[in-house]
Amino acid sequence: MAQWEIVIGLETHVQLTTQSKIFSGSSTAFGAAPNTQAAIVDLALPGALPVMNRGAVERAVRFGLAIGATINQRSIMARKNYFYPDLPKGYQISQFETPIVQGGGLTITLDDGATKFIELTRAHLEEDAGKLVHDLFEGQSGVDLNRAGTPLLEIVTEPVMRSAHEAIAYARALHNLVRYLDICDGNMQEGSFRCDVNVSVRPLGQTEFGTRREIKNLNSFKFMQQAIDYEVRWQIEQIEDGKKIVQATVLFNPDTGETRAMRTKEDAMDYRYFPDPDLPPLVITDAELERIRAALPELPAAKCARFASQYGLPAYDATLLSQDGATAAFYEATVGGGADAKLAANWMLGDLAAALNREELSIEQSPVGAAQLAGVIQRISDGTISHKIGKSVFEALWNGEGENADAIIDTRGLRQISDVGALERIVDEVLARSAAQIADYKAGKEKALMSIVGQVMKASQGKANPAQVNEIIRRRLG
Amino acid sequence: MSLTTQDIERIAHLARIAVTPSDVTDVQAKLAGIFQLIDEMQAVDTRGVEPMSHGLDMVLRLREDAVTETNQRDKFQRNAPAAADGYYLVPKVIE
Repeated sequence: MAQWEIVIGLETHVQLTTQSKIFSGSSTAFGAAPNTQAAIVDLALPGALPVMNRGAVERAVRFGLAIGATINQRSIMARKNYFYPDLPKGYQISQFETPIVQGGGLTITLDDGATKFIELTRAHLEEDAGKLVHDLFEGQSGVDLNRAGTPLLEIVTEPVMRSAHEAIAYARALHNLVRYLDICDGNMQEGSFRCDVNVSVRPLGQTEFGTRREIKNLNSFKFMQQAIDYEVRWQIEQIEDGKKIVQATVLFNPDTGETRAMRTKEDAMDYRYFPDPDLPPLVITDAELERIRAALPELPAAKCARFASQYGLPAYDATLLSQDGATAAFYEATVGGGADAKLAANWMLGDLAAALNREELSIEQSPVGAAQLAGVIQRISDGTISHKIGKSVFEALWNGEGENADAIIDTRGLRQISDVGALERIVDEVLARSAAQIADYKAGKEKALMSIVGQVMKASQGKANPAQVNEIIRRRLG
Repeated sequence: MSLTTQDIERIAHLARIAVTPSDVTDVQAKLAGIFQLIDEMQAVDTRGVEPMSHGLDMVLRLREDAVTETNQRDKFQRNAPAAADGYYLVPKVIE
């Protein structure tokens, strides 16, 4: 049987985080009542003219700079003509021959730690279409134009991915990047980040591409994996059965896990693009370009490298903590709040991550803030409490049972016993009833010592310092 | 470039312009005239001339990102052929 190679390219529609639409002053807020955010430009009333939103242009440029692309300082807005009630103008304003962003790419990291550079073809500005509802009105479709005119950046890769795994790693990396740059909120349920995946297969070693099918509008990474897996199997079976793949647009059905071709329209591909006479060329001056470049935030890869060098973190920790902006900011705030850098990483990737996972919260929603976490870690570092007590202080903060670590430690009397006399009394009490363990220890069994330390810790309700206890016992038995 | 009757029908359909069979020949001749004009223009040597994408030599004006529109739905929908529950209504577009 032939070996098959999978070829994947992605087109991602990223909704930009502007307050207003790309060509009108209508709000882009999600979830408003139908058509309450659709003004004359969005409705295409005669004589209404589009005026480009500076915020959308800046976000596109920010993206281009972040991926090392060429910014076309003169780009052209074009009309993509089609008739469908989701855009009453009869065309979508987009970019065709000269997009604002050309080339560039981003490096993805695969599960096995290998990296791969994914080249981008282009990224262009365009307006979103409205939404149609087909099941609300008998014999008619309802049109909601609130989304019409929402600014999108369509980001297109070269067909360079060779597995579903690579495609998803790219989509995740892009999702992280656009949130880092604060150009998209990344909300996939609300459609702020939608992927179209072009899939084809070819016998391994063949240079020309097979015929591709495009899976439209995937809005979760899980569906993307399932859709690609299904589509690849389907295409290989077709070819092995001697059938030809016909270029098509397909939809993924999450309920059946299958992809199915949409009704093909012969004229669908003829969009008759031409430069929009309403919009002269979009020009970005050198000064504007430099201003946007200067305001770029630190990017994930740079942040990861800095975390490793500045905080002395292992690569693994640095990668996880720099992956998204909110986590990175929380980490730096924790360290800034006085926590030891490595302990802060351990806590965030350990107890905090586990608690957030358990309650399905994002880092921004964490009931324990960075300053509070820093407080817990500081009290462990300075010996006020043990690591184990630290965990219970963290739990108490999580449950809102105190303002900060110190308050909880004080009200609950959790301070470690540092008074040597008091510790010695507890040690002596335990030793008095541990004849067997003492004998074992003296016979050379180190384990017996640990058992005695455990007893002392228990007797002190966890408030003893284990290192100090260890030392006192050794002195007593020595 | 010569246009066939089928080309005319296809272009008319894409532009959603009703061209009756009796008009096709007329439209075909007019479009052919436009293409002839384009052929003449394409004969001009434009090497070294930067192409323009717009009739006027100007650049796009940008507006600040601010919400300036308010909800005027009721007024707009009074002007629509059909609307209900806040939606504009059109003939059903899927089967």
